[in-house]
Amino acid sequence: MAEALAALGQNYFFYYALILFMVGFYTTLSHSNILKKIIGINIMETSIFLFFVALGYVEGGQAPIMGRGAEGGPYMNPLPSALILTGIVVSVSITAFALALMVKLYHFYGTLDADEIVMLRGERQ
Amino acid sequence: MRMQEILILKIVVRFVIPFIQVYGFYVITAGHLSPGGGFAGGTIVAASMVLYALTFDASQGLEKLSHERASLFESLGAIWYVALGFLGILVGGNFLTNGQIGIPLGTPGYLISGGLIPLLSFGIGIKVAVTVVSLYYSLVEED
Amino acid sequence: MMRQIIPFFLTLVLGAALLLVVAEMPPFGDINNPAHNVVSERYLNQGVRETGAQNIVTAIITDYRAYDTLGEVTVLFAAIAAVLTVLNRLRLGVICPEDRERGLTDEDAGDPDTEDSC
Repeated sequence: MAEALAALGQNYFFYYALILFMVGFYTTLSHSNILKKIIGINIMETSIFLFFVALGYVEGGQAPIMGRGAEGGPYMNPLPSALILTGIVVSVSITAFALALMVKLYHFYGTLDADEIVMLRGERQ
Repeated sequence: MRMQEILILKIVVRFVIPFIQVYGFYVITAGHLSPGGGFAGGTIVAASMVLYALTFDASQGLEKLSHERASLFESLGAIWYVALGFLGILVGGNFLTNGQIGIPLGTPGYLISGGLIPLLSFGIGIKVAVTVVSLYYSLVEED
Repeated sequence: MMRQIIPFFLTLVLGAALLLVVAEMPPFGDINNPAHNVVSERYLNQGVRETGAQNIVTAIITDYRAYDTLGEVTVLFAAIAAVLTVLNRLRLGVICPEDRERGLTDEDAGDPDTEDSC
């Protein structure tokens, strides 16, 4: 128990990613507008990127660029930054595709409200 | 009043866009020396073109980069990347190898160094820039 | 009203679960963390000699893991292809049934004057 509390006090940097994830989760669930849902999903993705890049931090380290001025001291871990680039690209692609589908939904139903769309679908059937 | 605001905006954007594009290409070409690379620089170049389309009009932006030209550049970026990858197989190594197949790596810290890395970054930059711009156009045309 | 309350409690439960995970995390910024293993050490020590690039992150994404980056390029390509497919059907040469009744033929596909979503 004491160890867990000490870890909670020490790892308070991760709280930023945690709060961001909760904000995105709440936005996705509580709004029925599809555009706001997409924005919420984007906020959640951003929190994941923040968390993953923060894992590569080294206390007192330098950026992993071996140019002039690099003293050979401890460096930040370059691997999370390189790997999360894939996540960012996939996030951009998914957002673009979701927005395109949203535009099509608006053309078809005339509204962006998810509840109204469900009602309209029920009427059609 | 509104006309004058638009006039100021248009003139300022005309001045700013070349600087944004030069900075974007600097980030692409110096990706192996400083923070940056193909993805970041390509997004900066794309931002300049989106700024042009926002300030003037989407139709005027489409004149600068039509859909046909966009798809041409996009395919060229991807094919350029894959072709550089097959270079390794032609010489007798693995797919997308750089130093092991004898490509001169140069002196670290100079612009011409790193073997294939600047060329690959250039292909990625072109591809990302054109992709982001045409995503913007295809979403904006639809309203 | 229920639309706000239930997600609020769900978010609180999720936050509590994530807090438990944070309590199990290794110390932030410690150089002995399991994330800083032999792989990143190898990249940092040998990266400049093996790739000739000063920026180790660029060396990883365009040399060591260039195949990964090829996948990213493919994802971007698939995304733009999917968006264009969803948004513009006529440009791909698809004629809607209503348009066919209006007297349009396959030659009109791609003509901007007849562009209309089904």
